[in-house]
Amino acid sequence: MTYQFLQHYWWFLVSLLGALLVFLMFVQGGNFWAAVSCVDDKRRRMMINSTGRKWELTFTTLVTFGGAFFASFPLFYSTSFGGAYWVWIIILFTFVFQAVSYEFQNKKGNLLGAKPFQWFLAVNGIFGPFLVGTAVGTFFTGSAFTVDKSAIYAGGTPVISSWANGWHGLEALAQPWAVLLGVSVFLLAAMLGALYIMNNVDDEELRAKMHVRTLWSGVAFVAAFVTWLIHLLLCKGYAVGSDGTVSLESMKYLHNLLEMPVVLVVLLAGVVLVLLGWFKGAFTSSVKGIWAAGAGTVLAVLAVLLIAGYNGTAYYPSSADLQSSLTLANSCSSPFTLKAMFWASLAIPFVVAYIAFAWHAMDRKKITGEEMDAEDIKY
Amino acid sequence: MDATMIDWSRLQFAMTAAYHWIFVPLTLGLSIIVAIMETLYVVKKDEFWKKVSKFWMKLFAINFAVGIATGIILEFEFGTNWSNYSWFVGDIFGAPLAIEGIFAFFMESTFFAVMFFGWNKVSKRFHLASTWLTAIGAAISAFWILVANSWMQHPVGTEFNPDTVRSEMVSFWAVVSNPIAITKFFHAVFSGWMTGAVFVAGVSCWYLLKKREVKFATASIMVACLVGLSGGAATMLTGDSSGIHAAKYQPMKLAAAEGLEDGGPRAPFSIVPGIEVPAMLSILATHSIDGYVPGINDILNGYTDNAGNTELPVKEKMARGQLAIQSLKQYRETRGSDPTQAAEHLSSFRENEKFMGYGYLDKPEDVIPNVPLIFWSFRVMVGLGSFLMLLLVVLAWLAWKKKLEGCNWLQWIALLSIPLVYICGQAGWIVAEAGRQPWTIQDLLPVGVAVSSLGAAAVKTTFFIFLTVFALFLAIEISILIKAIAKGPEME
Repeated sequence: MTYQFLQHYWWFLVSLLGALLVFLMFVQGGNFWAAVSCVDDKRRRMMINSTGRKWELTFTTLVTFGGAFFASFPLFYSTSFGGAYWVWIIILFTFVFQAVSYEFQNKKGNLLGAKPFQWFLAVNGIFGPFLVGTAVGTFFTGSAFTVDKSAIYAGGTPVISSWANGWHGLEALAQPWAVLLGVSVFLLAAMLGALYIMNNVDDEELRAKMHVRTLWSGVAFVAAFVTWLIHLLLCKGYAVGSDGTVSLESMKYLHNLLEMPVVLVVLLAGVVLVLLGWFKGAFTSSVKGIWAAGAGTVLAVLAVLLIAGYNGTAYYPSSADLQSSLTLANSCSSPFTLKAMFWASLAIPFVVAYIAFAWHAMDRKKITGEEMDAEDIKY
Repeated sequence: MDATMIDWSRLQFAMTAAYHWIFVPLTLGLSIIVAIMETLYVVKKDEFWKKVSKFWMKLFAINFAVGIATGIILEFEFGTNWSNYSWFVGDIFGAPLAIEGIFAFFMESTFFAVMFFGWNKVSKRFHLASTWLTAIGAAISAFWILVANSWMQHPVGTEFNPDTVRSEMVSFWAVVSNPIAITKFFHAVFSGWMTGAVFVAGVSCWYLLKKREVKFATASIMVACLVGLSGGAATMLTGDSSGIHAAKYQPMKLAAAEGLEDGGPRAPFSIVPGIEVPAMLSILATHSIDGYVPGINDILNGYTDNAGNTELPVKEKMARGQLAIQSLKQYRETRGSDPTQAAEHLSSFRENEKFMGYGYLDKPEDVIPNVPLIFWSFRVMVGLGSFLMLLLVVLAWLAWKKKLEGCNWLQWIALLSIPLVYICGQAGWIVAEAGRQPWTIQDLLPVGVAVSSLGAAAVKTTFFIFLTVFALFLAIEISILIKAIAKGPEME
């Protein structure tokens, strides 16, 4: 295993975790709908209980995504988390509030009543996907940071990564293309949420509502995402030369797709599957649209993240100092660690298998109104 | 570096870690207790035990949510507030975190959902397996995070790479089998068993005081005592090894915990200031009456132990550390242009790299942690731990003899001991973490070099936001727990 192979292997895994995370944000989408849909309390509760059986999976994927990124590309972790401080702190808060809201909202003695917790879920449902999407958007637009390893021994401030402005990440919200990706991820999560609720909750009225929601959130998502994608393929990208120097190259991401036809196929397959899932959910009586749309989401997001880092591309470019940009080679862990982690990662299929098994076992019986009335253990 | 910012970063991390540790020990202990109860249900085919399990599981779930929510904050804070640390040691420290995610968190969260919601959805056996897997997942998770933490106490299996300017892993096995990690894992997990046991026993005694749910309460106390006593015994044994490890790898921590100014062979053990047991510290820390235990002044001024190993005075370590930093700089500046020079600088760096961390200190006294804090925390931990052990023994004895019901005074003590077990656990972590100061990583990286490049105001702001949110969550959690306990188990 060469060092280069290991770097690419780990970028693939981090991208895959990111892709799975976006798929699993159907939880956030479902919570968004639970907050804004005109349904009675019982149906709202069915929706919350439906996403409530999966939220820990989304949450754990986020944690593992963070852990895997830390272990394989520590310079990203130190530069982005320490630099874009406020963005990560806000993302963190929306997820922390979400985590306790399920358990707390309908419990006696929760001090605040049910409403605030439902709002916390909704806030996470909107800003969780939006901010994660915006943060990933900066993988293509660039962020204002510098990295100087000599800081450790130069005698001044010993911190090697510093942010070049006082906004500490919030400036990404003024970067329209990053924001557009954020909006796209939010709309995608909303569409997936509607498809998931349709599949997981056995209730005619809710299904009819989610049907319509799938239609419109799907249309909005496709419009936002396709605009973003076209811009991405035409804009300048951050290319890494064989000596490690970073330079701007026009239509870099388009070149990446054309030079890596497999990734192009993955992207197209992903888009087709998302559209197929959307079509099933919006225009047929099938409740299985989530599976096609989910698989498509994983493939499409995977492809987008792969072109951010593969084929000699700086995946976390710096707009403050081009040569500070993070590439797979300059930000990764040592060959030893990547290799040790490679062996550990071989257990992932086993983990996926037991998750699938438990998921299947739990979802054989759909959530129904009768269950909500009869079951004493629920959120 | 801005000292205020460093202090606020430390305070924020300490608060988050301490807060997280309110919820984790109960998760570790209660998960085992619930698993045993459900096993009794499946083996004895007695609905009584199913109801008992379900009640404690409900409390487990309330506690579990906040534990998960606060765990992710710690993970993020490594990056947001300890940016330089994340780069400097990410190569070693990140790996256990990633493995924890892959191997433990998914197991915990997947099977927690089955355990909590699956009573009517999956078979009895699958459900029982899920309950055990949740408990095992929690323990595995504790193992990996403690591997990471122990590496900060005793950085093994690592080497500084001057070309990448960071520490890199050279032996995964050394990191995983770090003796401190093994001891710490058992110490933390078994102290969690004690926490779970004291919690269950205390709540059950409240029912006895109220003359409610007597059968339920007595049965719960029996299981709790079984788990608590085995956990407590193991906590004491591993506590002993922790002392030996501190003497070997972190003598300053031990000296601070004992308030030992001047050490030597036959070092005395101080029970409280003024009351000492001669030579006891040497026996505890080295398992030999003549064992050499250095005091704070010995460490500052340098010493030679019985085996003839000499530790340099801190001042000299600082000088050599500065030399290491200087050589690293010169190596980096000459490596492209003058390979011979670069090789010389590199070998000078290698000679002194062991002391590199000391090169960042301002004065020798910086190596002394907050002695009163650690001294008293240590006494609180040991004192409360011993008291709680005794309590569990008495409870178990009287429950066994079926005399517990009449002992109102003991029921009160058990109930009032619930906060004590939390204070005990917190005190333990204060000894472990505050005792490591000023180091983020022992001898390698002082806290001031580990931080992010942020303004003090930003960290101060997030500190107070966290404080407010944590206080709110704790108030809600306690209020919900009290309501659920007052409602009681549904035994009919």
